[in-house]
Amino acid sequence: MSDSAKTLVSVPIEKKKRKYYLIPTYIAVVFYILFLGFPFLWMLSTSFKSPYELLQLHHSIIPDGFYWQNYVDIIEKRGLINSAKNSFIIALFTAALTTVFTVPAAYAIARLRKVFSGIATGWILLSQVFPVSLIIIPLFMAVRRIGLLDTIWGLILVYLVASLPFALWMLKGYVASIPVDLEEAGAMDGASSFQILVRIVFPLLVPGIVATALFTFLNSWNEFFFALVLIQSPENETLPLTLARFMGSEGQVLLGPLAAGAFLATIPSLVIFGVMQRKLASGLLAGAVKG
Amino acid sequence: MSSVGTKEVKLRKAKKSGKAKMYNRGAWIYALPAFIPLVLLSVVPLSQAVWTAFTDSVAGFDVKVSFIGFENFRRLAGDTLFWQSFKIGIIWALSVTFLALFLGFGLALLLNQKLRFLGLMRVLSLVPWAMPPVIVAIMWNLLLRPQSGPIEGFLTFLHIPGAQTDWLGDFSTALPTVILIGAWVGMPVITVSILAALQGIPTEIVEAAVIDGANALKRFRYITLPAIRAITSALIALNIIWNFSSFGLVYVLTAGGPGGKTFVPALFAYNEAFKYGNFGYAASMGVVMALAIVGMLSIYLKASKREDTQR
Repeated sequence: MSDSAKTLVSVPIEKKKRKYYLIPTYIAVVFYILFLGFPFLWMLSTSFKSPYELLQLHHSIIPDGFYWQNYVDIIEKRGLINSAKNSFIIALFTAALTTVFTVPAAYAIARLRKVFSGIATGWILLSQVFPVSLIIIPLFMAVRRIGLLDTIWGLILVYLVASLPFALWMLKGYVASIPVDLEEAGAMDGASSFQILVRIVFPLLVPGIVATALFTFLNSWNEFFFALVLIQSPENETLPLTLARFMGSEGQVLLGPLAAGAFLATIPSLVIFGVMQRKLASGLLAGAVKG
Repeated sequence: MSSVGTKEVKLRKAKKSGKAKMYNRGAWIYALPAFIPLVLLSVVPLSQAVWTAFTDSVAGFDVKVSFIGFENFRRLAGDTLFWQSFKIGIIWALSVTFLALFLGFGLALLLNQKLRFLGLMRVLSLVPWAMPPVIVAIMWNLLLRPQSGPIEGFLTFLHIPGAQTDWLGDFSTALPTVILIGAWVGMPVITVSILAALQGIPTEIVEAAVIDGANALKRFRYITLPAIRAITSALIALNIIWNFSSFGLVYVLTAGGPGGKTFVPALFAYNEAFKYGNFGYAASMGVVMALAIVGMLSIYLKASKREDTQR
């Protein structure tokens, strides 16, 4: 898919005409690069600025030097390591559990006859319509009832529920792209449906599973609202919570450490995105196009 | 649900008998591990949420809950603050969606050409998607800071009047500023999806159109637009849903301020439930929001269907 990006719709046009037409195009290119890239660059640059430099009016994008103390501050004094650990455990378990639950289900939805998969798909889509601010109230009460309020396990449970619909949707597309003929051949050779799932479908599904798991991991890592409602004590906070709280208090003055913490929290997300850059588009669309 | 599945399989069996076709008879069993928690933890809570909207439930353990009919909704109907927030929510959801669509479409068109800096743009186009909303809020807060922020510096440098504006703190600029940031966040999904549709256009069709003398404008109108119609409709619908109930970005950026100018309904319901503890009343707001989403979607779907039949 990404290779076809290079064989493009741009059609040979005479040289002169082409140059003239390229001027607004490149103005747009510059606009987009600045619009998308500058905010991030500014945050990175702020994270290296000393408190003295930050007090100056209109500091430049290039910091005077590398003031690493910002990073030391945010890590040592604000419990960032503990929050990162919580975030990581939560995201990891959510991704793992979501995968375990969705792989067989996605297979069933993709391969079963229309009525069943229609109901399932309808429910998946419907579940997106309800605002989280509505769902959160009974979820809060349920998590409180089973005694998991203000624990990372309660949050994992809620993230699992929140991830299932989209993960199913994504995986279903990957299953649908596996030719049924392979499974039929397996059935002809006398394999049971469980054997077909494990020996034939699963190996072919690995790239899709990896993409879905990474996507789920990322969503849990980034999530804010459920964590805000369900977590109360600082030692159970996730990264977004800690940083939001910091920004609401001392972060208003301590811009350097704030930027440093924000940058650190973004690194895992950026790495995962880098890894699955190509997969994202096809994964996102797989459920829609091939369903 | 399961009986529907097996019935279907039986029907198929009756139509086509063949060993190969029968193997997935029991496949619905695989759906159970995901559907039991899905039902327990989403169908049940959802019905509970709707039920809560008809009760006087409040926060706290062992508080007696009683059914009060439409009382919450009657109270809500007269709650001018909520409807003000509701209006902001609609403005926010529609503006963010269409601004993001406009920007994302433009970016997709650029990415679909042979240009310099293509690789850089491609990577950058995903950055807003990868970032946690809280971090996005922190980042833009740094940029928009009065006194020291680079945006103020740049505008002052250009001698643009109003350069000193506190964009997130001023009554008239807060909502538009937050909308722009919302569109920044929403762009990548739109860009990636539209780009995929653009790349699905066969080169031969475009070449044939050129040979037939179609100019760029005509090619855009008769080849590009039809190719992205379906995905664009889906994107608009999904983004309206997501944005109307979005919370994190606005919560961290402005917390609804200044003076309630960015008080989106998700914030309103959150405060009602978890600040004041009125679960029942907050749930009724959630129900109204869900209805609003369904309403917006059906208007939109009807409109796009009519457009389809006209073609």
